Amino acid sequence: MSDIPLIHFLIVAAALFSIGLAIVVTKKNLIGILLGIELMLNAVNINLVAFSRHDPERLGGQLFALFVIVVAAAEITVALAIILRVYGQYGTVEPDKIDGLKH
Amino acid sequence: MELIAFYGFASLAIVSALFILLSKNLIYSAFALFVTFLGVAALYVLAGADFLAVTQIMIYVGGILVLLIFGIMLTQQTNKRAESTSANQVLAGSSRRVPAFIIAMATFLFFSLVIVSANFRIAGNVNLGKSTIKTIGVELMTSHLLPFEIAGILLLVALIGAAYLALNRNPSHE
Repeated sequence: MSDIPLIHFLIVAAALFSIGLAIVVTKKNLIGILLGIELMLNAVNINLVAFSRHDPERLGGQLFALFVIVVAAAEITVALAIILRVYGQYGTVEPDKIDGLKH
Repeated sequence: MELIAFYGFASLAIVSALFILLSKNLIYSAFALFVTFLGVAALYVLAGADFLAVTQIMIYVGGILVLLIFGIMLTQQTNKRAESTSANQVLAGSSRRVPAFIIAMATFLFFSLVIVSANFRIAGNVNLGKSTIKTIGVELMTSHLLPFEIAGILLLVALIGAAYLALNRNPSHE
């Protein structure tokens, strides 16, 4: 378990975070954007877990990652409820067409 | 050996994440996210976080992904005129591709630069093959008790808030 260098975890996490950011910017669907946000939260967790390898007595990184997972679960439920309300109001989930506040 | 497994699971996660980015069908994107979560869980195992890997699979795959697929199904645009001979697809196009590519590449290059030039000084020893469940349980019940309770209250509030928001309050539909 010790022969994987720390930097590999960090590079993989950076790649996943960047892909998640690109998904958030490009998708034309609110749920697609949520998929990207979940991917970014997961990429951050990889960093925390990778650093927590070197702290086996207290495991601060893993505990922090656990709380990040809890907050992500809470966030996704509320976001989906809001998306359902928006869909009921506008009949679409495309963020560019939801411009009721502009007019 | 572990390095080979690491590269395998890392490339699995990254390739399926790229598939989410490039796929037009939202259902395919959700299932690609499933594969990505499994790859990330495998990376957790390789980093020695067994409890967190199981938590990842149970919460993300068992809970969040099912919820996302429900959301996709509840909000899809049904084309009522089309005959039901064609396959059902939930299409989600993409826009702003060039700025997204530039932003993502800039972010990745910036992170890579920071990571390569950081020169971390690691103090502790790497844990070897010991289960982390006991440590996590003891820490949660002693030094992290307040965040633990706050997380419970947050989940309760999110549950009540989501149920209240998703209620149909439109009187014409009742």
